[in-house]
Amino acid sequence: MEQSGKDKRIGVFVCHCGLNVAQSVDVEKVVQEISSYPGVVHAEHYQYMCSEPGQELIRKAIKDHNLNAVINANCSPSLHEKTFRGLVQAEGLNPYHQEVANIREHCSWPHANDRQTATRKAIAIIKATIDRLKLNMALTPAVINLNKKVLVIGGGVAGMQAALRIANGGYEVVLVESSPSIGGHAAQLSGTFPTLDRPACLVAPMMAEVAAHPRIRLYAYADIEEVSGYVGNFAVKIRAKATCVDETKCTNCGRCFEVCPVAVPSEFDRGLSDRKAIYRPFAQAVPFRPVIDVLSCAHFSDDGCSACEQVCSENAISYDQKDTVIEEELGAIVVATGYDLITRGIAPEYSDDPDIIDGMQLERLLSPTGPTGGVVKRPSDGKVPKEVVFIQCVGSRDQEHGKSYCSRVCCLYVAKQSLLYKRSIPEGQAYVFYMDIRSDVKGTEEFVQNVVEKGRTMYLRGRVSKVFRDGDKLKVWGVDTLTGKSIEIAADMVVLATAMVPRTDAKDLARVLNIIADQNGFFTEAHLKLRPVDTLTSGIYLAGTAQWPKDIPDTIASASGAASRILSLFSREELLHDPAIAYVDEELCVGCGQCVSICAYKAITLDEKQKLASVNEAICEGCGACAATCPSKAMKHKNWTPKQFFNIVDVFTKEYE
Amino acid sequence: MADDNKDFEPILVGFFCNWCTSTAADLAGTTRLQYPPNIRPIRTMCSGSVDPIYILRALLSGADGIIIGGCNPGDCHYVSGNYKARRRIAGLKTILDTLGLENDRVWLKWISAAEGQKFAVTMRDFTEKIKELGPSPFRKNWSV
Repeated sequence: MEQSGKDKRIGVFVCHCGLNVAQSVDVEKVVQEISSYPGVVHAEHYQYMCSEPGQELIRKAIKDHNLNAVINANCSPSLHEKTFRGLVQAEGLNPYHQEVANIREHCSWPHANDRQTATRKAIAIIKATIDRLKLNMALTPAVINLNKKVLVIGGGVAGMQAALRIANGGYEVVLVESSPSIGGHAAQLSGTFPTLDRPACLVAPMMAEVAAHPRIRLYAYADIEEVSGYVGNFAVKIRAKATCVDETKCTNCGRCFEVCPVAVPSEFDRGLSDRKAIYRPFAQAVPFRPVIDVLSCAHFSDDGCSACEQVCSENAISYDQKDTVIEEELGAIVVATGYDLITRGIAPEYSDDPDIIDGMQLERLLSPTGPTGGVVKRPSDGKVPKEVVFIQCVGSRDQEHGKSYCSRVCCLYVAKQSLLYKRSIPEGQAYVFYMDIRSDVKGTEEFVQNVVEKGRTMYLRGRVSKVFRDGDKLKVWGVDTLTGKSIEIAADMVVLATAMVPRTDAKDLARVLNIIADQNGFFTEAHLKLRPVDTLTSGIYLAGTAQWPKDIPDTIASASGAASRILSLFSREELLHDPAIAYVDEELCVGCGQCVSICAYKAITLDEKQKLASVNEAICEGCGACAATCPSKAMKHKNWTPKQFFNIVDVFTKEYE
Repeated sequence: MADDNKDFEPILVGFFCNWCTSTAADLAGTTRLQYPPNIRPIRTMCSGSVDPIYILRALLSGADGIIIGGCNPGDCHYVSGNYKARRRIAGLKTILDTLGLENDRVWLKWISAAEGQKFAVTMRDFTEKIKELGPSPFRKNWSV
C-alpha cells in the first residue's frame, strides 16, 4: 500500500490572497523555485485561487499538464482544503491527492516585516508539503450502515423532549429511565419561573405523550449496562430491574401500599414524607404501576414478610422476579441524565437541622401534590413558618468547599419560591441572602425586580456565616454588605439554594459511552460554541443538565438541538467515514496488543490466535496514537506515515545546508 | 556563549496538533501577531501521534530545537492523545542527555485553539531559548 511517489505529476498553485500573502511572500520567486522541484510538473500563481477564475485556472492546468496531484499554497486547510479537494475530485483526481501548504496564517501574516525570510519559509513549507504529498495514498471514504433508531438515556424534561422530537420525526426511540417513573426533577417542582406555570401543565402532557407514542419504547426502572459499536451501529444492553410485580395482572388497586409495614423516606418528596417498600413514586407516575424496592422490602430481609402478596387478589406479586437484560441495536444516542443537588455536608456552618431544607424540598412543600398539600409547614413540628431565610449559592461559586461554577437557576427559583411562599403565607416574611442576582433568561430580570420591589421579599447582599438552633427558632447570622451591617434573623425555616451537580454515576456512564466528563462530572460537548450538543464520539449527543446547569427553556432547546442533529444524521441513507485512518501491515504485526490498549476509541481488536491486530474502519477516528506507539511499526496511519514525516523533517532541516 | 550566537538562526521544527495548537497558530496569524520565522510548522492530527522517532530524525538531521504543541490536559480532541504525548516526550527526554543534547531543546506545550497570543509568545520564548543554547552539537559536528 505504500507509495513510491514517482507516479505523481504535481501541480502547485500559489495564491496571492490579494496582498495577504503577496505582500510579504515573493510569489514570483516561490513559483520560480518550486517549478524545478522534483515531482513538480507545473507551478503558477494567481490573485485569488479560491475564486471561480482561480479554480478554473486549476482545472485547466490539471487537463493541460495531465496532473494527478495538486498542492494549494494559500490559507489554512481549515478554510479551503474542502474546496480544493472537491475541485480535484470533480476533475477525476482522488481528493486525497490534494494537500494545502499553509503560507498565510503560518507564514505571510506572522512574518509580515521580513519579506526575504517569509519567502524562504513559504518555499520550505511548500517543498515539505510536496514531499509529503508524493507518498499520499488514494483513499475512498468507508461506507457504513446507518441504523435509524435512537437510544435516549434519561426520562426527564430533556430526555422526553428529545425522544418526542425524534419519534415525531418518524424514527423509533428507546427511552431508558433509571427511576420507576419518567418526569425527572421537573415533575417535583411547584411552579416555574418566570411564568409560574404548574409542572402539571408542562411535564404531565409530555409524560402522557411519551407513554402513548407508538414509536417510543419506554424502559423505566432500567439501567444502561453496556454500550458498544459506533455511530449508526451501536449495540446496547439495558438492564430492566425487577419490579416484583406482574404488570399484566396488577390492577393498581393500591391495597398493597396500605398493608406494607416498611416505610422509607420518599425520594419524590425528598424525604419530607414516607413511602412504602412497595410503592408508586407519585400519583401521576408513568408508567403507572407499583414496584417493590427490594433493598428495603422486608420479604428480602430475615423476617420474610409477604403482606402485599397476601392482600393482592390478582396474584400480581412475584418476589422471585429477576432483572432482565434487553439488547437493542441503534444508530444514535442522546444522553439526558440530568442533575442532582449537592449534598448538604459541604456547608457545615448550616447545622443539620430538620428546618434547614434545600430548594427542592421547598418545591415539595409549595406543591399542591406535596406532603403538606401546598401549605408551607416546617418539617420539625408542622408549624407554619413566619420568617423564612433563603441562602443562595450554597456549594456553587464556592471553590473552597463546593463547586466553582454558577448553578444558573438558583437566583430565579429563589425569587419564584419567595413569591409562592408569600402567596401561601401572606403574613410571612422572606429574606434572601445573595451574592449577585443573575437573571439573564428572557423575562427573568423583570420577574426578579418585581419580587424585590412588589413582593416585599427582603434581599440582603451578603453571606451567612452561621445558622444554628436557638429554642423554637433558627438563628441566622449574616452580613448585609450594602449597609455594612451584621444581621441576625430569628427564622422559622431556612432554605438553602444548593448547587446543581451531575448524577453521581455520570463518570461511570461516560466510561460506558466513551464520552468525556469534565472535572465536575458534566459531559463535555464537542465544541462549546459550534457543536454544543455533539460529543466527540460520533453519534452521541447531549441534552439538558447532564452537560451543565440549565433552566427548562435551555434544556428544551438543547434537547431539540440534539434531536435535530439526529434527524439530519438520519436524512442520509448511509454514512461516510474519513478514510485517513489506521491500518495494520500484517507482515509486521507481532500481536503485542499495545495498539489495543492505547486506542481511546476501542477501534482495534486483537486476534489472540493469529497474533494480529485489526482496525475497525468505522470506529477509528484517525488520531494516529496507535501508529506512534506500535513497536514494530506495523500500525500505520494512512497519509500520515513515518516516511512522510521524515520527508517533511528532511526538507526543513536541510534547508540551511 | 550568548555572544557567539548573536547571528545564529536556529532551525526549529514544530509538531502542532490539528485541533488546538495548529489552530492557535492560525489565530496568531489571523490576528497578525509577529514571532520569529525560524519555526517550521508540521501539522499532525494529534500530539499523541508524534512518534519520538520523528523528533530524533529531526534532531539527528541538525534541527536545533523541537517543539510539540497539543490541546490542554483534559481537552484533547482524541480524548487522551496529549497525555500519550506527555509520556512519550518524558521518555524521550531521558535519552537526550545520552545523545549529548540539552533537555531544553525539546519542548512540549499545551496551546489551545483560542490561544493565538500564547502561541506567538511561546514561539518567541522557544527561539530565544534555543539561541541561548547555541547550535545543536549534531549540526556542529557535521559541518567539517
